[in-house]
Amino acid sequence: MEQFLEYFLSGLTRGSIYALIALGYTMVYGIIGLINFAHGEIYMIGAFTALIVATALTFLGFPPLAILLLAALAAVIWASAYGFTIEKVAYKPLRGAQRLSPLISAIGMSIFLQNYVMLAQTSDFLRFPALIPDFKWLAPWSHIMSTSRFTILVTAAAAMIFLTLLIKYTRTGKAMRATSQDREMALLVGVNVDRVISSTFIIGSALAAIGGLLIASHVGQINYYVGFIAGLKAFTAAVLGGIGSIPGAVLGGLILGWTESFATGYVSSEYEDVFAFGLLVLILILRPSGILGKNTAQKV
Amino acid sequence: MLTIESINTYYGNIRALKNISIDIAQGEIVALIGANGAGKTTTLKSISGITPPRTGRIRFMGKEIQNAAPEKIVAMGLCHVPEGRHIFPQLSVMENLEMGAFLRRDKAEIKKDLDYIMSLFPILAQRRKQAGGTLSGGEQQMLAISRALMGRPKLLLLDEPSLGLAPLIIRQIFEIIEQINRSGTTIFLIEQNANLALKSSHRGYVMENGEITLTDTADKLLSNEDVKKAYLGI
Ligand SMILES: Nc1ncnc2c1ncn2[C@@H]1O[C@H](COP(=O)(O)OP(=O)(O)OP(=O)(O)O)[C@@H](O)[C@H]1O
Ligand SMILES: [Mg+2]
Repeated sequence: MEQFLEYFLSGLTRGSIYALIALGYTMVYGIIGLINFAHGEIYMIGAFTALIVATALTFLGFPPLAILLLAALAAVIWASAYGFTIEKVAYKPLRGAQRLSPLISAIGMSIFLQNYVMLAQTSDFLRFPALIPDFKWLAPWSHIMSTSRFTILVTAAAAMIFLTLLIKYTRTGKAMRATSQDREMALLVGVNVDRVISSTFIIGSALAAIGGLLIASHVGQINYYVGFIAGLKAFTAAVLGGIGSIPGAVLGGLILGWTESFATGYVSSEYEDVFAFGLLVLILILRPSGILGKNTAQKV
Repeated sequence: MLTIESINTYYGNIRALKNISIDIAQGEIVALIGANGAGKTTTLKSISGITPPRTGRIRFMGKEIQNAAPEKIVAMGLCHVPEGRHIFPQLSVMENLEMGAFLRRDKAEIKKDLDYIMSLFPILAQRRKQAGGTLSGGEQQMLAISRALMGRPKLLLLDEPSLGLAPLIIRQIFEIIEQINRSGTTIFLIEQNANLALKSSHRGYVMENGEITLTDTADKLLSNEDVKKAYLGI
């Protein structure tokens, strides 16, 4: 039982990170029908930004909490700026082009960013400081609920609640929903669709940056390639849950996290990916549009 | 109120509109009739900025709008109910109506307009929480028109409001259109059902293959031999 609980919580932790990144894939797909392959790199850039800022502030002798908050803020802003720019540079000029063109542009952007960070930083793994000081009151449960695990769960949940409220109640959120359901009609009621698309990239990037920061400080090291792996997993989660569906991205992330953690725990860590992608294949055979996806979801 | 001067609109290399000129005065209902593929929908999309014309000018309330973004055109009070209604399928009836007022900031007035529309269409009031996509065709058309009214249009563009509806519902819709016009909104109406459209309109234009071939008062068009033969099925 103890073991089951451990696997459950470890899967929940991973899963909520996958979900945070998967949201970016699914939101962009919902609005412009594109798989943004560079999204994993946004997550990686978020982690690097946090690392650089945290290192500098530590050197300057800032208190831990201030370092954490400033690093998070910098990661979110800088990653959002990247997301915004990527859309303007690599996707917007290709709107209305054949479906394959923006997809190839996305893959190119992903490779470009990986190599850019590798050259600008290093290809080695960099140690990522533990930004979150241990919570004393968690000590009695520390064997199953470490401080960083707790922080990941709470932050991810908060980010998802924030996103839900934003989409349901704000003007931007309403414009996003309208645009994803009928872009031409959104234009006809006066929605500035270009701005909606930019907002989508910015929000998705901010969520990915938060994910990057959390996981980097949990795992303790990063390199230029972490975004590719995490991106692939999160993309799997988005497809699993039904790409284009926001609850689907969260559900897909959690299911993927649990699959991996139970497979690792009860079988072997070498089988983690076999189970994860095996599950994807299974779902796609049984339900091609994903668990919560619409059967009719065919964006052109 | 609206002056279209010799516009040409293209889809790639296909020229869908050929030197179209149309005039609409304040307070009128003007009909545009023509066969399938004549270019009626393209004309409306050119006005509202979805497919801007490559050449020519469009003036609305004295301002040139042929290069303006759709949201700027809506903001000036020109609302377009597109062919096929385009209800946001997963937004509720209420949210669809609120989207019609997307550019407005006057919350109290929006509330008033919502109440007015709910009293005009009790069926929409009943269905306010239901997803737009689950409404019947007639209800969707009422919702589409109501959503446009939420933008407080000075000029309302209607693309085939009778499409696919039962005769009884069509009559209802046209009564509503005339009522909207009487309350001060100018209307530019597209119909394949020429008889119906011309009976409700003051003036009409006939379109063939991307060109305007005839324009006159509605009464004269209704008794015109060519129009009778081609569009009225008499
Ligand atoms: N998106 C498009 N791409 C290419 N050609 C188009 C497009 N939309 C319309 N056309 C062409 O432009 C011409 C005019 O079409 P339009 O939809 O304006 O006609 P319409 O008069 O509204 O017809 P209907 O009564 O069937 O609605 C047609 O020949 C049509 O094939
Ligand atoms: Mg048409």
